[in-house]
Parts: sequence; C-alpha cells; structure tokens
Amino acid sequence: MQNSQSSPDIASQQTAITARNVEVFYGDTQAIKGIDLDVRNNEVLSFIGPSGCGKSTFLRCLNRMNDTIDSCRVTGSIELDGQDIYHSSVDEVLLRAKVGMVFQKPNPFPKSIYDNIAYGPKLHGLVERKPELDEIVESSLRRAGLWEEVKDRLNEPGTGLSGGQQQRLCIARTIAVSPEVILMDEPCSALDPIATGIIEELIHDLKEKFTIVIVTHNMQQAARVSDRTAFFHLGEVVEVSETDDLFTNPKHKRTEDYITGRYG
Amino acid sequence: MSQDNSNLTVQDKVVASLKRRRRQEKLFRTLGLGSVILSLALVAILFINIFSKGVPAFWQTSMTVEVYFDPDVIRISEKPEQQPNETFEDFDERLLDWETQLGFVNFNRILSDSITPLLSDFERSQTRYVTQLVTSGERHALRDMVMEDPSIVGETRSLTLLTSADVDVWLKGNIDRSLPDDQLQLPAVVREWADELHANGHIQNRFSTALFMNPDSRSSLASAGLAGAFVGSFYMLLIVIFLAIPMGVAAAIYLEEFAPKNKLTDIIEVNINNLAAVPSIIFGLLGAAVFINWFKLPMSAPVVGGLVLSLMTLPTVIIATRATLRAIPPSIRAAALGLGASKTQTVFHHVLPLAIPGILTGSILGVAQALGETAPLLLIGMKSFVASIPQSPMDQATALPVQIYLWQGNELRNFFEARTSAAIIVLLMLMISLNSLAIWLRRKLEVRW
Amino acid sequence: MEHVNSGRHISSQFDEELKEVRNAVLSMGGVVEKQLTDAIQAIKTSDHELADRVLSNDTRVNALEMDIDNACTQLIAKRQPTARDLRQIIATFKTIADLERIGDEVKRIAAVAKESFSSEQQHLLAALENLGQLVLNMLRTVLNAFARMDAEEALEVHRTDQGIDRQYEGMLRQLMTYMMEDPRSIPKIMDVVFSARSLERIGDRCQNIAEYVIYNVHGKDVRHTSDEDMEQTVRKSR
Repeated sequence: MQNSQSSPDIASQQTAITARNVEVFYGDTQAIKGIDLDVRNNEVLSFIGPSGCGKSTFLRCLNRMNDTIDSCRVTGSIELDGQDIYHSSVDEVLLRAKVGMVFQKPNPFPKSIYDNIAYGPKLHGLVERKPELDEIVESSLRRAGLWEEVKDRLNEPGTGLSGGQQQRLCIARTIAVSPEVILMDEPCSALDPIATGIIEELIHDLKEKFTIVIVTHNMQQAARVSDRTAFFHLGEVVEVSETDDLFTNPKHKRTEDYITGRYG
Repeated sequence: MSQDNSNLTVQDKVVASLKRRRRQEKLFRTLGLGSVILSLALVAILFINIFSKGVPAFWQTSMTVEVYFDPDVIRISEKPEQQPNETFEDFDERLLDWETQLGFVNFNRILSDSITPLLSDFERSQTRYVTQLVTSGERHALRDMVMEDPSIVGETRSLTLLTSADVDVWLKGNIDRSLPDDQLQLPAVVREWADELHANGHIQNRFSTALFMNPDSRSSLASAGLAGAFVGSFYMLLIVIFLAIPMGVAAAIYLEEFAPKNKLTDIIEVNINNLAAVPSIIFGLLGAAVFINWFKLPMSAPVVGGLVLSLMTLPTVIIATRATLRAIPPSIRAAALGLGASKTQTVFHHVLPLAIPGILTGSILGVAQALGETAPLLLIGMKSFVASIPQSPMDQATALPVQIYLWQGNELRNFFEARTSAAIIVLLMLMISLNSLAIWLRRKLEVRW
Repeated sequence: MEHVNSGRHISSQFDEELKEVRNAVLSMGGVVEKQLTDAIQAIKTSDHELADRVLSNDTRVNALEMDIDNACTQLIAKRQPTARDLRQIIATFKTIADLERIGDEVKRIAAVAKESFSSEQQHLLAALENLGQLVLNMLRTVLNAFARMDAEEALEVHRTDQGIDRQYEGMLRQLMTYMMEDPRSIPKIMDVVFSARSLERIGDRCQNIAEYVIYNVHGKDVRHTSDEDMEQTVRKSR
C-alpha cells in the first residue's frame, strides 16, 4: 500500500535514502516490522504517528544511532547514495558526517558558540586554517538564521542562549559539516510557538540544499512543513503520500482515524 | 448541602492531623538540630583538646651559648680535597677516614666547656651533668658544622641549642615539683642549673622548627621531628597520585563508556564496590605477602607503602569517577556522536573535560584518606623506628600516622604527649588543606551545562 | 460506505459540535423543503395567505444559514479539522449557501401564487405544479443523501436533473406558444415562466448539493466533471 515511486534508475538519482524491509528488535521485542521507505533528494519528509509506534526508532536507524544501544538489532537494508549503511565496511563516523541529527531537547556543547560550530569541521578535518573555519562558522550561523543575533558574542557559552536559539545553534552545528541529510527528532517540542515558527521557516529554507526527515507529534506542523508524510503505526509505515493528499484525503482508515483525532 | 458537610469533616480531620504533623516536624527538627550541635560540640572538644596539648610543643626551650671550637679538642687533620689525578674511590676513602676522625672528637667537651662559664655554681665533679642540659643531638649538629666548614675550628660562634627533653618538660612546668626527688626525672643539680639559666635568660622558650625539620630520634628526644615521616608520606603520596589516579580514572572510563553491559561487568562493579569497603589492614597483608615476599621489595619502604595505599585508593577513585561520568547528561554524548565523533573522541573531547572537577574532588578525597591510614603501613614494616630522612622511595621510612603511633608509645610521657598532639595537628592541617584544595578546585573548574 | 459518524473523536465535544452542525443543516433543509411544498400548494390553490407565510418564513432560512456558517467557522478555528472532518465542513458551507439560494427561489415562486389567474390559465399552473413536484422530490432525495452521506443516492439525484431540464424546456416551448397566441396574457405567462425558471434553478442547486455529498464521501471534487467520470468515482471502491 505504498505510494507509487518512479522507475528504478530515476529513483536512485532522486532518492537520498532507500530503506527496504527494515526490522528493529530491542532484545526479543520487535519495534519495527518490515518497513520499505524512500527519502527523496531535497524533500522534507515527516514521520507522524502515535507514541511508541517506532518513528524515532526508525529515524535513528538512518544514521545508525541505534548502534549506541546495546540491545538493539537492525536487519534489512538502508542505502545512502546506493551504499548499504549497515555494511561492515561502512564507518558509522563517516556516515554521521553525511547524515546529521538534531535532537528533541537542544543540546549545545558547554563551549562557546564559535567552538560549538567549529567542532564538527575540525573533527573531520574539513578546514586547514582559521579564516576558513571562521567562514564556515559564519555561513552556518547565517543559514540557521542565528548570525545577526550572536555575531557579537561568538565567545559566549552556547548554553547561555534561549531555547529557540539553542536549537538553531544545534542546527547550525549540524549543517557546518555539510551533510546530505538532516534528521530531526521532534526539534520543536521543547520550544514555544514563536521559536517553533522560526525553525519551521528555517526548514523551508534548508530544503534547498539538504534533504530533511522530521519526526513530529504535531500534525499541523507536519502539514505545514513537509512535502511528503509517512504515517507510522505499531512499527509499520501504514501510508506515505504527498502531504496535501494525506491530510485532505488519506487512503487508509488508520491514517484518517489518527489525523482526525479518532480512535475507533 | 451534604457536600458542604462532608467538606467540613474533611476540613476538621485535616486540622486535627495538622497538630500532630506539626509536632512531629518540631520533634524531628529538634532532634536534627540537637545531633548537629552534639557533633559539633564533640568535634570542638576534640580540637580544643588536641590544640591545647599540641600547640605548646611547637615552642621548645633552647639555650644560647657561645661555643668555642677549641682546636685542642678538635684535633683533626685537614679536610681532604680531591687531587687532580686521584680517582673518586681513593678520594672517597680519604674523606671517610677524615670523617671517622671527626667522629671521635669529643664534642661533649666542647659543649660543656662552653656552658660552664654560664653556671654560677659549678664544680668539676658535676661535668657529666652539664651535657644533660643540652639534647644529645646538638653535638652531632656541631660535628656537622665542622665537617661542613673546618675553618671554624678555633673560632667562637653564638649558637642556639635545644635543651634536652627533660629540661624542656621541667621548665614548662609539666613535672609536678612537689614529687620526691627520684621521681623528678632530672638530677637535682641539673634542675637548679636549668632554673638559673632560665631565670637569667640564657634558656628561653622559642618557636622551634625542630618538629618539622628533624627526623625522628630515640637518643635525642628533644630533637625528634617529623621530617622523616613527612618525606615518607610525601613519597607515598606521589606514588598514589601517579599510580592510583590515572589507573582509576582510565578503568572507570573504560567500564563506564566502553565496556559492554553484561554479567561480567556487573560482577566487576560489585567487586569494586566491595573493595572500597575492605578493611585497610587487609591491604597491608596483601602488600606484605606480594610486594615484600614475592617481588622482594625493601621492607618499610615508601614504594611498598605507596603501592599498598594505591591499591586501597583505587576503588574510591574508580567509584568517584564513575559517578561523575554518570552524572554527565547523555544528551552531550548524543550530540557529539551525531556529529560524527567516534566513541573515544566523544569521551575525551566532551565527557572528560566536564568530568574533571568531580574526578579531582573524588581523587583528592581518596588521597587524603590514604594519607591518614596507619594499619596497612604497620603490616609492611613501618612500625619500626627510622632515624633518617629517606633519600629515595626505596629507603626505609615511616609515615605521619605511623610516627604519631610510635611517639604515642614513648616512655617519656610528659614530653611526647605534647609532641604527639603537635604531630596530630600537623597531620590534620595537611588533611584540611588537601580537602580545601579539592573544594577550591571543584568550585573553580565547575562548568554548568 | 463511509458514514459520517463512524468512529468517535477523542474529544467528545468535537463530536457534539459536528453533530449539532449536521442536525442544523438537516433542519435547514427541512425548512426549505416545507417552503417549497407550501409554495407549490399556494400556487395550486391560489392560497394568498399561505404565500405570505412562505415569504415571511424566508427569514428563518437566512438566520439558519448565518448560524451554521458561524458554527463551521468556529470549528475550523478551534479544531483544525483534517481529512473527512474537513471535507464535511467544506461541504456544509457550500450546501447551506445553496439551500439559502433555494429559499430565495422559493420566495419568487410564492410571489407568483399571489397573482390571480383566470380559469383558462389554470392549466398553465398545472404544468408548473408538475415540475414543482419533480423538483421537490429531487430536493427531498438530495437531503436524504446528505443526511446519510450516501454517494450513490447523490449520483441518482445528479441524473434526475437532466429530466427536469427537459421538462423545463418543454414547458417553456409551450408557454411561448401561449404567449404568441394571446399577447394579452403575456404578463401572467411571464410570471409562470419565471416560476418555472426558479424551479429549474432549484434543480441545479440540488445537483450542486449532490456533488458536495460525493466530494465529502470520496474526497474527489466532481464539479465540472463529466457524468461518466462522476459515475466512476462513485462506483470505484477504495
């Protein structure tokens, strides 16, 4: 019951991530059951669904953050640019430089604003000299819409900013390493409506250069922000379609029940 | 209407129980306050006791004497100097011969000759009593002066010499003067001289650094000092700091960040916690059995003591470090990993810098605790009397707490009681400064996230 | 078949509000239906009093339209409805607009009833009455379809409109011959023409309401589509 996709060769050019038959187990419990999903280039794809349905778990599979949990086991294939990211030859450190993540609660490093952004590029050896680093810091902050607010206090600790600013700082930090895909796990749930609005605008701008996958509890946010939406329920993807269609005329009763606020 | 009634009874019940609750609270607070006051009072009593006994020990009676280095008494050849074509061994042998010569010189005579002019009532038959005024270690001081600079022979120097322990005790009034003669620790004539010299100012109570600078001594009780114990403790402290802290921190980092969570690591954690509670004397047994018997390390050496104390401190450091690491929110690790840092980079770039204040605090507290341990050191042989300052960690030595224990057992009670208390004060000061250092470091390095 | 009330919202208040709106629409439909019935009766029996009542009752129709409009606006603001709920609200907005227009047309028909007709002209009124019954049936059926959200029934309504159009054209031709025969009767006959026109318009509006029902049920906008496409939409199972 998946949305129709284009023919394979065009698809591989258009898709950033291809997931096929992905299953995730925590110990003996199965959290994700056989998901097939494509993430297209330069789109914003949102994951919606009730709590515990596996959206965040699946999101974390896309950059192998689930590896940090001992009891977690992932099967199936997830391909980034045609290469299976779970293959033994793939270094998850490199993967995470290509697939960045923004977390639910803003988590800037307890360092200066400058150092927060500079850490990633320095870590991966993306810059040689300080002027280049300065440039990356500035452009990342500009793209995240934070430059004007912090350009005079780059040496102040990142933790001294407001919640919304901290989250934008985390976004800037993520884009500083020039990833291909940005994963966002409920990035606005800890923020007030104004900060949320600013970040939604930001997502719209970032779409131009990055592919974004966002998990959200807020359906209106998914409706506002994403091009396509995937509805997760009990560890499966029930439906994935263009956002406009899914919110006016969903194909599955489960989807409709969830988005209209019905539990029959 | 009925709801109002039931609300009323609820209200009544609350009011009724309120009285009881208030009473309980008051009782609890009184008990709490009482125990705090009691503990503070006991601590105050302890401190007052120690300080009142110990502080006087820092002042010792000493005599100012014009010492004439009589060349007739000091009959020695010239101090040898190394000749250009002489081997070191030959020179050393000559030097040793000369020093032996010097050792035979009767410095007691020099002393008594210098002191007798000060005494108003002196007969030649009382010569042997004169040296009882000055503590025996001072004649070694004189010898060392000559050894150092043989040119002072024939000259007179004004020196301040420590009186003997008995004189010190007598002049400080710690001997009951109403006791019969044979219980007064000193011969009558010495007592008179002491009083006389004290009255006309030749003997004065001065602040003495002997307690700090001199090694322990059995023969010259007044010059018994803590220097040897200090250095011994210091070597052990160094060994503990450079052995236990790095090992403990590294082990804790591995166990907390890298080790898989399975049965084995659970067992290890339980064992580490248990080791922290093991009586310290058992570590002493371990030290004696393994380090001394098996590794054949020298007995009573700071190296062995240091190793034993390191083993003791290791669990404390590991537990403190682990607790600190656990307190660091996982969100920071997640952020670093998400950016593409490896596990090791995450730990060393982000987690460890944040953990340093906690680690330092825990480690310093552990080290301070180790500093005060006596039992294990006794078992590795530090119970014996050591008269010199150790030159290296392999030399025989003693430690501060052991020294206190030894002095406590000395027969000359009225001198050593004060001295022991003084030593306790020194140890306490050391502990307090280490703990203060820990607190200051923690405050200074604290990073809020 | 999708029913509007299958599955309750977690918010029972939302359910209540939706139910109230639906009931109000049906109530409005009932009023309009009665208006039409009375207007046709008034024409048949030349009952001037009945005609007057119909004219004054139109205010009720207008008031209901405003109330329901308001209620739907509130629902959008408060509940951010999606999918089925959203389509229902949209369909409701459009339906009440059409119902209100039907009310206006009924007024025009009732106005004609107040005219006096000679006995020769009575047979004209008979044709009008016939047409009126057809349209009344259509209205009743589409209101039923709306009440039950029955797309099949709505499709039927859509088809009957063709019959009404044909009947209307036939009537017009007949009336024109009368006018050509007897120019003095033109004013009265024009009144009848206008009434027939109103009935035909009512038929069109019922057709609109049928399209809204299909949209609500199937989520596809079938306005301005051919009959075959519309049939396919309704027949195709999801």
